[in-house]
Amino acid sequence: MAHPKRKISKARRDKRRTHYKGTAPALTSCANCGEMKLSHRACPSCGYYAGKSMFVPES
Amino acid sequence: MRHRVKGRKLGRTATHRAATKNALVKALFLHKKIKTTVAKAKETRVFAEKLITKAKTDSVANRRYVARFINDRDVVKELFEEIVPTIGDRPGGYTRVIKLGFRAGDAAETAIIELVDYNDVGSEPKAAKTETAEVEEVEVEDVKTETTAAVEEAEVVEEVTEEKEEPKAETPEATEEPKDDTEEDKKEETK
Repeated sequence: MAHPKRKISKARRDKRRTHYKGTAPALTSCANCGEMKLSHRACPSCGYYAGKSMFVPES
Repeated sequence: MRHRVKGRKLGRTATHRAATKNALVKALFLHKKIKTTVAKAKETRVFAEKLITKAKTDSVANRRYVARFINDRDVVKELFEEIVPTIGDRPGGYTRVIKLGFRAGDAAETAIIELVDYNDVGSEPKAAKTETAEVEEVEVEDVKTETTAAVEEAEVVEEVTEEKEEPKAETPEATEEPKDDTEEDKKEETK
């Protein structure tokens, strides 16, 4: 079986990982309360979705 | 290729999966609105719609068919005698799944599944809540108007006193403070 001849140095490993990037979630403002929320989901701060209250937030 | 592969395994054995679906559908018919994970909600949707369609024609055979899955006579009765009449002649689409976001603890995406025709029932406390919110907003607005009215009255009083005290000094004031006069005039016009 073939094996790596050299250990990957920390520099090479970390350079490879420079392309591992997180992406920011695409948020939209809630039509009811204006808070930022994930689209296609009920607003976590006011509990509204599509103009209807889906749940009452604990606060 | 995943041709003709339907449904989700939900990480369960076949019997466990069947039991889970039965429990979820029973809870949905009992409470009209349940909160669960998105995967389970979507599986429940498929199963619940089939059972409701079956329950639309009331017969002993259909009641026994549904009772195979819903292990509670009261819930079966509720389905045939309460839920189906409420649904009326809706041609499918009896349920609604709304995503809620991610659960703390295991980061599972949660959702609400509810019977569409019971949405008003489920949202009654919410409607009341929105009404109260509106009332609160109105009250706040009233307070604001009151405060602004009080401020306006105070301004009027000040203007009156100024006019009474300095009727002769209007011309120098006008030269010195033309902006104030114009503003006062505007206010008076609005009043």
